[in-house]
Amino acid sequence: MLRGWIAVAVAALASTAGGQTAAPRPGPFENAAEVRPRGRIDELVFARLRQLDIPPARNCSDGVFVRRVYLDVIGTLPTAQEASQFIFDKSPEKRRLLIDALLERREYADYWAMKWAELLRVKAEFPINLWPNAAQAYHRWILECMRDNVPYDRFVREMLTANGSNFRVAPVNFYRAVQNREPPGLAQAVALTFMGMRADKWPADRLAGMAAFFTKIAYKPTGEWKEEILYFDPGRVCTNPGVARTPAFPDGTPARIAPGQDPRIVFADWFTAPGNPWMTRAIANRAWSWFLGRGIIHEPDDLREDNPPVHPELLAYLQQELVASKYDLKHLFRLILNSQTYQLSPIPASTKPGAEANFAFYAMRRLEAEVLIDALCQVTGTTEEYESPIPEPFTFVPKDARSIELPDGSISSSFLELFGRPPRDTGIESERNNRVTAQQRLHLLNSSHVRRKIEQSSKLAAIMASGKKNPREAVGRMYLTILSRLPTEEEGRALRAYMDSGAVKGRDVMLDLVWVLVNSTEFLHRH
Amino acid sequence: MSANRCESLVMPVRHSGFGGSMPRRELLRRGLFGAAGLWLAGRPAPGAAAVPAAAGTAKAKAVIQIWMWGGPCHIDTFDPKPDAGRDYCGDLDKAIETNVGGVRVNENLPILAKQAHRYSIIRSMTHGVNAHETASYIVQTGRKSGDGLVYPCVGAVVARFKGYDAGYKGLIPPYVVLTKPQGRFSEAGFMGSRYKPFATGGDPGSKTRFVVEGVVAEGITEERQRARRELLHTMDLLGAAAPQDPRVEAMGRTEKEAYDLILGNAGKVFDLAEEKDDLRDRYGRSTFGQSCLMARRLVESGVPYVTINYNGWDTHKQHFPSMRRMLPDLDKGFGTLLDDLAQRGLLDSTIVWWGGEFGRTPKVQWEPPWNGGRNHFGRVFSVVVAGGGFKGGQVVGATDKTGETVKDRPVYPWDLTSTMYNLLGIDPGATLPHPQNRVVHVAPSAAEKYESGGPLTEIV
Repeated sequence: MLRGWIAVAVAALASTAGGQTAAPRPGPFENAAEVRPRGRIDELVFARLRQLDIPPARNCSDGVFVRRVYLDVIGTLPTAQEASQFIFDKSPEKRRLLIDALLERREYADYWAMKWAELLRVKAEFPINLWPNAAQAYHRWILECMRDNVPYDRFVREMLTANGSNFRVAPVNFYRAVQNREPPGLAQAVALTFMGMRADKWPADRLAGMAAFFTKIAYKPTGEWKEEILYFDPGRVCTNPGVARTPAFPDGTPARIAPGQDPRIVFADWFTAPGNPWMTRAIANRAWSWFLGRGIIHEPDDLREDNPPVHPELLAYLQQELVASKYDLKHLFRLILNSQTYQLSPIPASTKPGAEANFAFYAMRRLEAEVLIDALCQVTGTTEEYESPIPEPFTFVPKDARSIELPDGSISSSFLELFGRPPRDTGIESERNNRVTAQQRLHLLNSSHVRRKIEQSSKLAAIMASGKKNPREAVGRMYLTILSRLPTEEEGRALRAYMDSGAVKGRDVMLDLVWVLVNSTEFLHRH
Repeated sequence: MSANRCESLVMPVRHSGFGGSMPRRELLRRGLFGAAGLWLAGRPAPGAAAVPAAAGTAKAKAVIQIWMWGGPCHIDTFDPKPDAGRDYCGDLDKAIETNVGGVRVNENLPILAKQAHRYSIIRSMTHGVNAHETASYIVQTGRKSGDGLVYPCVGAVVARFKGYDAGYKGLIPPYVVLTKPQGRFSEAGFMGSRYKPFATGGDPGSKTRFVVEGVVAEGITEERQRARRELLHTMDLLGAAAPQDPRVEAMGRTEKEAYDLILGNAGKVFDLAEEKDDLRDRYGRSTFGQSCLMARRLVESGVPYVTINYNGWDTHKQHFPSMRRMLPDLDKGFGTLLDDLAQRGLLDSTIVWWGGEFGRTPKVQWEPPWNGGRNHFGRVFSVVVAGGGFKGGQVVGATDKTGETVKDRPVYPWDLTSTMYNLLGIDPGATLPHPQNRVVHVAPSAAEKYESGGPLTEIV
């Protein structure tokens, strides 16, 4: 099956590369399609770029698009077959159709549950100390919410108002996955997670007023080890000096709590009300930053009066769409993914300093630790081992588990730590470190770990074996497998020269090709 | 048990150190305003740029931390209680004299017994926390948990003040872990991955070669390394298409740094075959023994912080057979390390810090399912320190006759870490880089009101 696709692919490549010198072909990252607004997002973004006199980048090529959208939507590389199928699909609607299909993939839930588990600090060990059972339960609930595309307001509300056992009513773990369970600590967690704000920078009275919503939460143990019940205790008296006597919403309005009413419900009613911008601004901005690499307000969890959005109308539009769709996150994602802005090439057309902040090109970012190791495993057909330092209950991770599926921040590997997986200590997005370091390069360039994956891969060996009969086809398959595109003529010539130089012989040539591809800027970055 | 809260840490401050008792006022001055306290005056204003402290006249240039992962039993190692009977000692009820009069250790530590003039034993370590993750954090960071910050451990702080930010030029990263990272908490805490340790992977005790991840690639010739690096440059089309992108620039820079280590001579430090066979034998050919030798080589080549993660001390079951098996391994590696460092003149400038997250219950759990095991014990544990300005031949503090309570001179983890920072020339009041620019200091300040037994002035 795959061979068929390759044959088509290679033939197509040959027919376009006939040595003619007419118009310069765009490189493998862009195509010649006209860049024009496709909807409201693009109208707003391009109008701003015109004002700033920054030309947008070109349209990204299909090879770049298929890889990008797989990585951004499901945290997973396309297979060689998926990539070539897309690239040679003639349908003008193929990008839209692919976006729709990816939003329904199983890995969609895995990947977005991973993202939320970071923000919600799903971790068994220090300093969150959820303990494995609760971490697993919490992750499973998040995963199901992603799979079912639970409306965002309901997702938030279930956490804010939850009562019950940490093992059985998973969203109560929101109030347990914090370093500080005092009402101001809980208010800070709510502000950071759902309002994208650092409440420790607020005026003291604002935090004190919001903290007062969280004074009637009580925790008690049960006979089961590490089980804990979270419940509403109307009689609870709060003596914390950082808490106001009566609750007030963050906009300063005092709240009215009926006798016997859980103040968290009053807060949740206010927070998720359709006219309330506090929730939609934070999540719309986050969603944009997840796909474009940078928020309209940057950082996406440091919203402040003195940190204005770079494009207020764009943010307002995304918020409106979210409300109008009844808080359907997939609707918002779809809107962004189908925009020309999202589909621009990673190569800027302008070196003006505002280009990246105004979304004039798709900013490349190093793959997240989990996505990178999963990609290496997929390309080589190998697996990894993950372990937790907690002796009991034993955390079993199946051998073929992908790291984006790991439920608990305490289950990890040296690779994930080296590549900046967030420790899930605070829920701040910048805990994840995607900067490339010399130690990471050392590992990818020269470690026995990566080398074993490449040399002992039966999947790659099969491709190499096919090269005996048809080297050109084997190289094409290698490229599709690793970079989701076909090689250019230039690359073909470089490889030929490498072979002819005699520095390396036989199978080692192909091994070095694989090594080159997985160490390329292109492989290591979403682009 | 859930992780103990910090409140349980609060204990009355008592102090009657090695040199006799000290007036309470003097204790407060030294304890709360000494190593960890006095610095408050003359600090830069909040928000001022953090400038790494100059090493100045520091006695210690480096630290070798032997991390006894899991919590080793204090009474079966450096605080023996041979008279406490079978309920406490099981069959490990013999202590031997060391070469320092009156100081005894477990009989399975004969090499260390001959080295007692080189180290001091702190028998009165305490923090009261019995959960691995929180106790590990407290001991390795010298900080309590629960104030919303995740502090860096000592190794990461040293990487900050003696690493690249402070002009360290070595190709080997300044903070090395043999062989696996901690896992229970994030070593660099809020400072982020720039200060994380380089975990070597591989096995120094391997019969063939210590394969350090990334540095040593067996079977790839230098010629091939160079050739394929060229090929990588030729074929990196995205890098060529966007050369000014800061991420592409970072790729170029980091690649150069990586190849300096792969192709240069710096990686030879990991080649244990350069050492004489009889010395390697003395260290013990185990993973731990050869890790101790490796640590010495790293320190010798200028690396300021090396942690040996020594697993296997969480002995809930099979405690006594495990100890009989592991103590000789510990004895050879640790004992030979001290002697070797001293012979080479490195001990005076290298702190060796031995200890785990807590001790173990002195009263043996003979009942099922433990059948002769020991549980976690945060109330009392022992730490051994040597070199880098620490005196040898001393014992700090004392426990009761069964090793269950601190009888004399409590030492809290931050008392120890503050003392080490002082020896390393790291100002306890210097600020640490915080991603949200919060002003956070190296060691707890007086204002943080940590209970304290005072800095370890009696052994420096």
